[in-house]
Amino acid sequence: MRYLPLAKDDRAAMLRKIGARDVDALFRDVPKAAAARVSDFDLPDMQGELEVERYLSRLAAKNVAAGDAPFFCGAGAYKHHVPAAVDHLIQRSEFLTSYTPYQPEISQGTLQCLFEFQTQVALITGMDVANASLYDGSTATAEAVLMAMRVTRRPKAILSGGLHPHYGETVRTVAHLHGEVVRAPVSPGRAEDVIALIDDQTACVVVQSPDVFGLIRDLKPIAEAAHAKGALLVAVVTEVVSLGLLEPPGHQGADIVAAEGQSIGNGLNFGGPYVGLFATRDKFVRQMPGRLCGETVDADGRRGYVLTLSTREQHIRREKATSNICTNSGLCALAFTIHLSLLGEEGLTRLARLNHARAAALADRLAKVKGVSAVTPAFFNEFTLRLPKPAAEVVDTLAAKGVIAGVPASRLMPSNAAVRDLLIVAATETTSDEDCTAFAAALTEVLS
Amino acid sequence: MTMNSQGRPSAPAADKQAELPTISGDRGLDHEEKLIFELGRAGVSGVDLPDVAVSDVRLGGLRRRDAIGLPGLSEPEVVRHYVRLSRMNYAIDAGLYPLGSCTMKHNPRLNEKLARLPGFADLHPLAPLPASQGALALIAELSRWLTTLTGMPAVAMSPKAGAHGELCGILTIRAAVEARGEARTRVLVPESAHGTNPATAAFAGFTVDEVKATPEGRVDMASLKEKLGPDVAAFMLTNPNTCGLFERDVLEIADMIHAAGAYFYCDGANFNAIAGRVRPGDLGVDAMHINLHKTFSTPHGGGGPGAGPVVLSERLAAYAPLPLLVHDAKGFRLIEDESALPAGAKPFGRMSAFHGQMGMFVRALAYMLSHGRDGIRQASEDAVLSANYILASLKDVMSAPYEGPCMHEALFDDTFLHDTGVTTLDFAKAMIDEGYHPMTMYFPLVVHGAMLIEPTESESKESLDRFIQVLRAMALDAKARQRARFEGAPRLVPRRRLDETSASRKPVLRWKTPDLPKAAE
Repeated sequence: MRYLPLAKDDRAAMLRKIGARDVDALFRDVPKAAAARVSDFDLPDMQGELEVERYLSRLAAKNVAAGDAPFFCGAGAYKHHVPAAVDHLIQRSEFLTSYTPYQPEISQGTLQCLFEFQTQVALITGMDVANASLYDGSTATAEAVLMAMRVTRRPKAILSGGLHPHYGETVRTVAHLHGEVVRAPVSPGRAEDVIALIDDQTACVVVQSPDVFGLIRDLKPIAEAAHAKGALLVAVVTEVVSLGLLEPPGHQGADIVAAEGQSIGNGLNFGGPYVGLFATRDKFVRQMPGRLCGETVDADGRRGYVLTLSTREQHIRREKATSNICTNSGLCALAFTIHLSLLGEEGLTRLARLNHARAAALADRLAKVKGVSAVTPAFFNEFTLRLPKPAAEVVDTLAAKGVIAGVPASRLMPSNAAVRDLLIVAATETTSDEDCTAFAAALTEVLS
Repeated sequence: MTMNSQGRPSAPAADKQAELPTISGDRGLDHEEKLIFELGRAGVSGVDLPDVAVSDVRLGGLRRRDAIGLPGLSEPEVVRHYVRLSRMNYAIDAGLYPLGSCTMKHNPRLNEKLARLPGFADLHPLAPLPASQGALALIAELSRWLTTLTGMPAVAMSPKAGAHGELCGILTIRAAVEARGEARTRVLVPESAHGTNPATAAFAGFTVDEVKATPEGRVDMASLKEKLGPDVAAFMLTNPNTCGLFERDVLEIADMIHAAGAYFYCDGANFNAIAGRVRPGDLGVDAMHINLHKTFSTPHGGGGPGAGPVVLSERLAAYAPLPLLVHDAKGFRLIEDESALPAGAKPFGRMSAFHGQMGMFVRALAYMLSHGRDGIRQASEDAVLSANYILASLKDVMSAPYEGPCMHEALFDDTFLHDTGVTTLDFAKAMIDEGYHPMTMYFPLVVHGAMLIEPTESESKESLDRFIQVLRAMALDAKARQRARFEGAPRLVPRRRLDETSASRKPVLRWKTPDLPKAAE
């Protein structure tokens, strides 16, 4: 077996040193009734690289990659171009095959990258501080709600109807154990009245912008109303490239920002691994979940970095920890940091403008197709269309024609008949004019 | 003796010179590196993009007004910056990484290559199902491997790490308890448990109660019996446990838990010791998460990402979270909502937005296929053999609190350092100067000054022998009170010991332009 260095003679010599007759003797604490044999497993035996690669390549070929077709899916995961340098750098052994930086003297590389990551996240969200990442945007949102409940000592979370339904479900799954989760009605293309739902038991209001239908939401009035009642505003961002063009949540009064960072540095990966961004105000730092990297000095007085405030964390605080999280998304955070460092101020703002321009042009074009109407008046790189028939059917028909047309809203909310005809469409810098032409032509054909 | 390039012994003066501070502050291959925010300038970018003007018409009046504050760097500068930073890290590719309980085994590069195939890496989670059949087939095949290796009937694939898997398992149990109409509010954990266990139980709304360990490092059956009761929902046990020992009373433990009407949660962090030799399903386990990134080798990436699928017993399978993967005449299908559940399914909710860590699934399946059932068993045996070899080779000079055989990790305490003036921390930090990553320190908590060594199956006998030789010499030095190599160690590294106290007292968690106050208060 190519990954196992011990030779037969080595094993024999090691057993002699141990004083064991055979390897079975080392497993003597396993009850006889529970000892399995190789033949108990209906699985194949070892295979070479060639065979494994052939098998998995065949499976991969059965999927339609985003780059293989005119492609318009978003709804929480976005197709962007990632510069070649990003993947090259994250595959350096020193980044790829190191553990969580518990030994700072020999982990300054990872630690400084995390410090840069935290700073970048704070800058783009307009917040004071950020942690060293969570699993993804949805779990970051759930952690934000739990944190708001801890900070305010109140039991109720109000979720905007424009929050990605899968995020809402992720929040509800953990938050209902600690309080109450109230979901505002879904109103595609319009801001629903979440303010009316805020009361003196409300820990937080959770609002996504751009929301799941692509609508840009004005967070300021919601933040003011929440603060007036002693509640917090949790702002959710699923497309972080938007922060290169739009007013960041931190400048609109958000107390916690939970975001999906996949768009920067990370591929679509069929849903994971992604990278959860989590940022907040200085005053809440000690209530934050997840790892934090901080600046300090070493014994020679030189600047260095360590994991810090770990008295919030499970390995120290056990059942009193702010979260149970241990492993996070280190390498995805590194990819985010490198990509954002490559982009810089000019790159991110240009990228964001380009995304909006492509989406605006596509929206104009598709709205001219007979029977199609635009639902979202203000959007970043994603918008919703109303079709004259169920969007899921249209998407399937278009897929058969080689166009991946977007996400039917019914995929996210199957039991909501009111969204049956809605199609959520995203365009990014990777969307070409030819893609748009192919989409418009195919849609015209399918709807005529 | 040092030699110069002509093969003559170099003069002592040259050695002295090497200790002189350099003009640049760098030392040969060791470069100091500023923060990215201290580099760069306006108007430069490492990505070429067209400068498109956009109107405000469809921005809802919310166009960004202020600059973001990101520095501008070209690609060569960014590459150099991160390459220099990478060189300040220790890594498994560069040396033995005996971090107990963390399983730093070799990460095959084939797996990296396959995870990057566009059909997986560039596949959207909400792409139409006919366009995702290969990915769903892969999840189904990985599920088959996991259920077969564990002898459990079902698996929930979406949890994103070990602790997330624990949460999934405990919420499944919670749903099952609620379905029975019972009020069970307590979860038991051994005092030697990973910190994530009590944190998870509390996160899921349970109160946590500790079960004592015996002097032999295993569950104290009397303590377990005393703590079990009609209000206990689950017992969370790591097996092999965090002391590196197999819980030999596990069948009896399972019976006791079940007789009390509770569920047996197994923390599968140490499954890598027994995969291919023991099926947790045969041990009476009801739920167990599997750290795919440990047992089935995803690179740890400086702290993730991982994946934590949870295998479930017949009694719990119905409560597995959404999405559910089903296979019918039309192929694979995902059930992502409660509106169209298969008969009997009562999912407790959803763990995250999409279907799990596909990137880790590809790597894990590639690892499994490469090893095969025979190779997986061999890997477990080699891991256990190597740990026992270390235990046998060091126990006369270090101190092992428990009788062997151990499983995949060898546990030592600090008895051998008694009265030497050297602590576990000093000993571990001195290992860094010897070119090794330290072992896990001060965990598990049941042992004083714990040192937990996990060599994994990836080390050759030569590598193990050299490691043993170094640790033996260090232990003998410590006992002889030769403290020089321990005091203030490490010395031969980019940074010496860091001041963690001031880091947490006055946290500085981000860079700020120098004219702004730095402390994050």
